[in-house]
Amino acid sequence: MAKSSVTHSTFIIERNYAVPPEQVFAAWADPAQKRRWFADGEHAEIEEHALDFRVGGIEKTRRIIMGGPFKGTPLTNDSVYLDIVGDQRIVFAYTMTLGEKRISSSQATVEFLPNGKGTILAFTEQGAFFEGADGPEMREQGWKSLIGQLDKIFAH
Amino acid sequence: MPSQQLAVDRVFHALGDPTRRAIVEKLSAGPISVSRLAKPLDMTLAAVVQHLQVLEASGLVATEKVGRVRTCRIEPKGFSVAERWISERRSLWERRFDRLGKLLGESDRE
Repeated sequence: MAKSSVTHSTFIIERNYAVPPEQVFAAWADPAQKRRWFADGEHAEIEEHALDFRVGGIEKTRRIIMGGPFKGTPLTNDSVYLDIVGDQRIVFAYTMTLGEKRISSSQATVEFLPNGKGTILAFTEQGAFFEGADGPEMREQGWKSLIGQLDKIFAH
Repeated sequence: MPSQQLAVDRVFHALGDPTRRAIVEKLSAGPISVSRLAKPLDMTLAAVVQHLQVLEASGLVATEKVGRVRTCRIEPKGFSVAERWISERRSLWERRFDRLGKLLGESDRE
């Protein structure tokens, strides 16, 4: 049996939106809106997206990968909401599963900070990544973004 | 076994060439035979094989000959697992927040 190996990491993303915090918060809280930016748009067919937005509530997203070596494999996000402060903060934990294999477990904290007439969205993810599972997203997107960065360095 | 520093030097040397970066990008979509890889690159098969040797020596790419066909693929060990996972997970959320921005932009116009 393969040894367990866990990698821990934290990263932060900050975004500026020109609308008030209530509107940005609503895009997280309303299932119809959430689906459009969270589940839609990746190279995968959405099989399921269900959101029960309350503390202790579950969100389940299931996608089928459309191309590449993992074509036809389901990629699942299972989230549980840990803390919700209306228009201000959301904390949730989620796991990602590729086929039968769980590949990570993370805690995410989202803060909606007023910024004049707009909002700063501050997203902090603290994650544990489990051994070996080299998902297709990582293989393709990870390489693409890495090479994109290197292209910039070597372009001089 | 190469020292940590030597391994890093080899990776940077391997990726310091635009053709080799194009090869790595192509392989990121999945394994492919050397002849199919060479087609769009507009260079001799021998030149492509040389590039592949540099990539293989750096640990980024693995090739395998089965019968008469040599197949190449990305060798995941070429980069630290942690770096790749963080980079990808972050990219995934960045794309989501891009889409969120578009959605909010729509509602702003109403």
